[in-house]
This record gives sequence, C-alpha cells and structure tokens, in this order.
Amino acid sequence: MTPTVTPHRPRQRVGRDGFLQLLHAEWTKFRTVPGWVTGTVVAALLVVLVALLTGVSSNQKGSPPVPIGPGGEPVTDSFYFVHQPLAEDGSITVAVSALESSIPKGLEDLRPGIVPWAKAGLIVKQSTRPGSPYAAIMATSGHGVRMQDNYVNDTAGPPGPVSAESPRWLRLDRSGDTITGYASTDGTNWAKVGAAEVSGLGSTVQVGLFVASPQAVEGRGTTSSVSTAAFGDLRLQGGWTDGEWTGEQIGAHSPTFAGFPGNRSGSFTQSGGRFTVTGAGDIAPAARYSLPAAGTLKDILTGTFAALIAVIVVGALFITTEYRRNLIHVTLAASPRRGRVLLAKAIVLGAVTFVAGLAGAVLAVPLGERLSRANGVYLFPVTYSTELRVALGTAALLATASILALSVGAIIRNSASAVTTVIVAIVLPYLLIANPFMPVSVANWLTRVTPAAAFAVQQTLVQYPQVANPYTPYNGYYPLAPWAGLAVLAGYAVVSLAVAAFLMHRRDA
Amino acid sequence: MSAPGIVVAGLRKRYGATLALDGMSLTVRPAVVTGFVGPNGAGKSTTMRVILGLDAVDEGTALIDGKPYHRLRHPLNHVGSLLDAAALHPSRSARNHLLWLAHSQGLAARRVDQVIEQVGLTSAARRKAGGYSLGMRQRLGIAAALLGDPPIIMLDEPFNGMDPDGIIWMRGFLRSLAAQGRAVLVSSHLMSEVQDTADHLVVVGRGKAIADAGVADLIAAASGGRVALRTTAGTQAMAVLTRAGATMAATGRDTITVSGLPADRIVTLLNESAVPFSEVSAHRATLEDVYLELTREAVEFRAATPAEVSR
Repeated sequence: MTPTVTPHRPRQRVGRDGFLQLLHAEWTKFRTVPGWVTGTVVAALLVVLVALLTGVSSNQKGSPPVPIGPGGEPVTDSFYFVHQPLAEDGSITVAVSALESSIPKGLEDLRPGIVPWAKAGLIVKQSTRPGSPYAAIMATSGHGVRMQDNYVNDTAGPPGPVSAESPRWLRLDRSGDTITGYASTDGTNWAKVGAAEVSGLGSTVQVGLFVASPQAVEGRGTTSSVSTAAFGDLRLQGGWTDGEWTGEQIGAHSPTFAGFPGNRSGSFTQSGGRFTVTGAGDIAPAARYSLPAAGTLKDILTGTFAALIAVIVVGALFITTEYRRNLIHVTLAASPRRGRVLLAKAIVLGAVTFVAGLAGAVLAVPLGERLSRANGVYLFPVTYSTELRVALGTAALLATASILALSVGAIIRNSASAVTTVIVAIVLPYLLIANPFMPVSVANWLTRVTPAAAFAVQQTLVQYPQVANPYTPYNGYYPLAPWAGLAVLAGYAVVSLAVAAFLMHRRDA
Repeated sequence: MSAPGIVVAGLRKRYGATLALDGMSLTVRPAVVTGFVGPNGAGKSTTMRVILGLDAVDEGTALIDGKPYHRLRHPLNHVGSLLDAAALHPSRSARNHLLWLAHSQGLAARRVDQVIEQVGLTSAARRKAGGYSLGMRQRLGIAAALLGDPPIIMLDEPFNGMDPDGIIWMRGFLRSLAAQGRAVLVSSHLMSEVQDTADHLVVVGRGKAIADAGVADLIAAASGGRVALRTTAGTQAMAVLTRAGATMAATGRDTITVSGLPADRIVTLLNESAVPFSEVSAHRATLEDVYLELTREAVEFRAATPAEVSR
C-alpha cells in the first residue's frame, strides 16, 4: 500500500433517495416470484369460479314470482282480507277488541303464543294482487297501533295491546291518493296517526278488514303462526258500491308466504257489525326468512372465503420467505430503514391484492347474477352503488387480510405459523358464523370483534324494525355497518403492522 | 474528513450466554485486500452483520466512510456485500434478483446486465436461482455486491463451494477490485484461501482481532529468530541445546525448531558435543503456521493431533 492510492469513486449515478424506489423494488420482488403471482390470480379466479358454481348449481326454474312492492323491493304480501270495492273517496271505521295468535309447538299442536307483529286493522289497497300499493292502520300484538304503507313505511300510533276491555277504534279516510289514519281508545276522541300519499291507487280500490300473522322468531329460526281478531262497530261513509264483504287469503301461493300452521286456514264470520277474522302471513318487506331460497350478492361472492386463504398465504410468504432464506439481510442492507421497507411491502401487497380482488368481484357479480337469474333464482335487489360498495369492499377485505398476514409474518418470521395464525383469526370465526346452530349472541359478538367482522362489507340485506326476523350473520345480517366491519379488520392490520415495524426495528435482522 | 473504508472499534455483543464479539476492532483501507480469518464461530460473520447495520451491538462502533451504515442513503453505492450466497428466492431468476436490488437503489436495468457479465453469468441469468450451484450463487452474490459500483466490497466466505477454476477466478477478481482502488474485506476460516490474495490480515478468535498486520510483517514476526535443525540424534541435541538455554519444538521425525540461540552458536554447541546433524537453517514460517499459532488459543473445539508437541 502506498499513500498515493486513490480510493475508488463510484461511477453509478443514482436517482434521488425515495420511497418510490422502495415500492418499485418490492413490486419487482413480488412479480418475479411466479408462485405469488399465481396465488393472487388464483384468488381472483376462486371468487369468479365460486360465483359461477353458485349460479349454475341452484335451479329454481318455474317457482312462482316473488311479489315486488312499489319501491322495487321484494315484499311479503299475504294476509286475510275481508274487502269490498270503494269507487271514490270515503272512510271506514272499526273497533278491534281482540287479537290472539297461535304458534305450533311440535307437530300439529297449536298453542296460544305471542307474535308481536301480528296485525289486525283496516287497509286500502289498489287491488288484491300481491305487491300492489296500499295504506293500512292496524292494532298489533306487541307494538301498539301502527300506520303503514307501501310495505316499508311505518308510523307508530297509541301504544298498548287490545282487549275486550280496552279496544282500539281505527279509521282510514281516503281522498284520492291520500290516505289518512286515525286511532281512538274510546271511539269518540280521535288522534291522527299519519297520512300517506299512495300513488297509483286508481279510482276503485279494495278496502276492508285484514289480519296478518307473521312468522314467529324462535331462537335462530322461525315458525309460521296464525292470528284471529275480533272487529266490531264497523261504519262506512262515502262511495261504497255494494254491501257484500268478500273474504280471501291474499298471496296464498306467493313464495314469501309460509302457509298456515297445523290444519288452520284463513276465514271470517260476520254477524251484524261484528266480524271475526283469522289470517296468516304479513304485509311487509321480505326478510331473509321469508325468501329462504333467494340469493344475495354475498352468496354469489362466497368464493371470497377461498380467495382469502390464497391471499393470506401469499401475504405471509411475501416476508417469511425472506427470513427463511436470509434474504432479509440483502433487503435491509439495501434499504436500512426497516419501517419503510415493511410499509413498502404492505403497500405493494395490498395494491396487488386489491386489484386482483376487484377484478374477481367485478367479474363474479354480473356473471353470478346472470346465471342465477337464468336458473330462476330470485336475487335480493341491490342498487348500483351497493353493488359497487360490495365489489370494492370485497377487494379491500382481501387486501387488508393480506396486509394482516404480512404483518403477522414479520412478527412471527415463520411461514407456517403466520399463515395458521391469520387463518385462525379470520377464517375460523367465519366458519363459526356460517354454522346455523351458533347462538345469535355469539355470532354477533364474533362479527363485532374478530377480523371476520369485515365480511359485513358484503351484506346487502336491510334490517327493518317492523319485521321480526333472525337478523343473524348466518342469514346475511351483520351487527356492524359494512365499512365499520371492514374497519375492524383494518384495525387489526394496522396494529399488527405497527407491532411488526417496532419489532423489526428492535430485533437483529 | 472522515476516514475512507471501514473502521470498526471495540464491538461487543452478547447473544444470551455467548459473547459473540469481545472488543472486535479492525480497519479496512482502500486499494487493499484485507483478509478476515479465524476459526468458525470467531465472530467474522457477526462483525460483518454489525457493519451492515443488521445486528445491533452492546458497545462499539462500525463506520463506513465515517458514517454508521444506516445513515447511508444509497448503501449499495458505498458498500457491496455478500453475506450468504444462499440468500435468494429459489424461484426468482438471477437477473430478477439483481433487478429488484437495482430498483431499490434507483439503478437502471442496464447496470444489472453489466454486473451479470462481469461475473460471467450471462448465459444463466434468466434461470431460476434455485437451480444454481453454490459456485454460481457465489458469483451472483458478487454481482449483487458490485451493483452500486461501491468503493468498499465485503464478502463472507466467498470461496465456499467454488471449484478450483472459480477459486482462481475469485482471487484474480479480488485483486482487480483492490487495484481499482476499492477497499476489499474477505473472510475465510481457511488461511490457504486468502494467503495469496490478501495484502493485509486480520486474524480473529473469540470475538476479537488477535492480529492486524500486513502479510509480510506477520510472517517475519512469526519466523523471528528461530532455527530449523535436522538431526537423527534429536534427544542428544535437545539435551545439549537446553543446557545452553534454548527452547525447542520437534516439528517432524528428525527436524527440530530451536528458539533462543543463533544458528552459528547451535553449530558450535553440537560440534563440541559431537552430536551429528545434517542441516541448520533459519526457519521461515508459513501463513498457515502463523494462523495456527495465533488461533490455537482461540479455537474452542479442536481434536488433538499427534503432530502437536507441547513445548
């Protein structure tokens, strides 16, 4: 060695130090391992494939049409209707003095029971066609007097149950398309409950008494019920055309009608101004239980579950392979700022998985919908924006899960343990809630606090307070709102990522 | 002005009960190949990981051109390193392995093809690295170390798994890197691998440098004043010379290394006592001798061999 030695000066010109270079490097890493690219493509294909299988495997050709309400939503429109036409404006008044329900306990054994949304009252309806527009005022078993119209609208009136000692007088006034409902506890002092604009009624409407008895929720399931109501003090005013009352069970063959329990059937008896009416069914938006064979977007996207496993494996391997092969030394020697390396990995992995998941969902949804409909399957309708939310949410769910797997991989530094941990954290609760025998409280808890809460982002069914239904995750009703559910998973991912960054910084590479 | 090259001072690191580094210090200068030799487990790889900022130390500093590694913005432009030739994703091609590394430093793909050619992997560059022999992986690792055209190159056991042609290539290559003015640090647990390549040697044992000197100085120091004696009457010779105050070691069936007496005095003493001998010459140590002597204490597990004679 001599003092005149000139140290080597690098000739390689480099760009500015930047996070973009890290992203570029991690993207190059990802795309150059064929197994990871394949795994991600397989995840997308699984979403599509399961949608196709769901579409072709369910054949419900020839099943009767689902009644559709004026708002386009599927409805239950089955009740016992004692009616006569009203050609013009007019009003009808009646007193409800009893409403009793029966629920089957075991085979053929009907016992008195409580059906809170059993309904008895007055209705003005465009026609006897299921799904036609209407407005009604009614006494209910457990929710007092209600004014309802066009299936989804519900207004509360005076509370309390009806009895012979405490009847409720109900009145409907029709003036064109405006129906106004009144209630009274003494037949003299009237209180307005609500007024509904029901468009498309036409000039002649069917008006009369009705009794509906929705399915009773028992634990995780439902059972059909039948209710009988006593009416008295019937008074009519206005353009009534004939004096004969016709009684019939509306929507007797509708797919949203579960039928009468036992050997019961709908009926009415009339003596003077007193009527006894027995009916079953409901006038309400259709919930999952009333359309058990119908499909949802979530059903079409069942493949998300399989895709999830694929993206968890790829996400974990994206970092655990580096540890297993000591490649992490090369990575960190090239980029000593470890937190940035982890973040770059998370962004690249998340973006790739998001794009794959979105492609899968965007292909799967229309294909699955088309095939299902071609096979006669009724699908709960969704708006375009809901469909977009489900597709984006599914992609985000997969992307977030992959980032969680990456973070856990960075913490545990072992492929098998990391994959197992994340699958247990997401897939196990999902399997548990997919079990119809899981208690509702447990299922709801699981879908609030575990990463499986994110599946809420795929829910499309609407919960209606005026419809009693087992609103369980199994039936497609999640306790958290779609994005809130996804936020739970995102919370797990962010916390794990922070822990991973902290540990990477503290531990020797 | 900060010192160019690598300056490691007083590294101390404990893994549980094991003291991996116990005051390790060394300097790697430009235009010199520094051999980093010592038995397995002496702390060579740990020192290199500390230099690269991969492992933290309990005490001490490791500076690259005066800065800790993590402060370097494009580190591969300062230090090119090869710690483990197996640190590859087996299903990624060699070229793609270099490509992501290049992208992390903002280097162009053109540079990747240059270094592939430099290490002679052009024909195999698009094959999966998992199918590479260890020798090819070493070349790929060297290519990665060269990517940023750094003034400092640090290689851990680069001769491992190389065939004789590869070893010759590697020696020439390391010399050429130093000739370009680069500081080169090469570790090995075998002195024979680095003795014809290194200008400077850092011999390590039990977590610290036990010698840090030029190759010529080391040999001279180890040879210092010893005389090789060839005689068939070993016992008599040793008795005579011991009386005169010399210390001896039998180094063969009829060879003895004598310390403490000059060659002419030994000849006189043996002649006076009529002890027959066939040769007396100044002893010249090999690097291997130096290494064995230096690391004798530091080797923790070694089988005793019959050739070892206690002095």
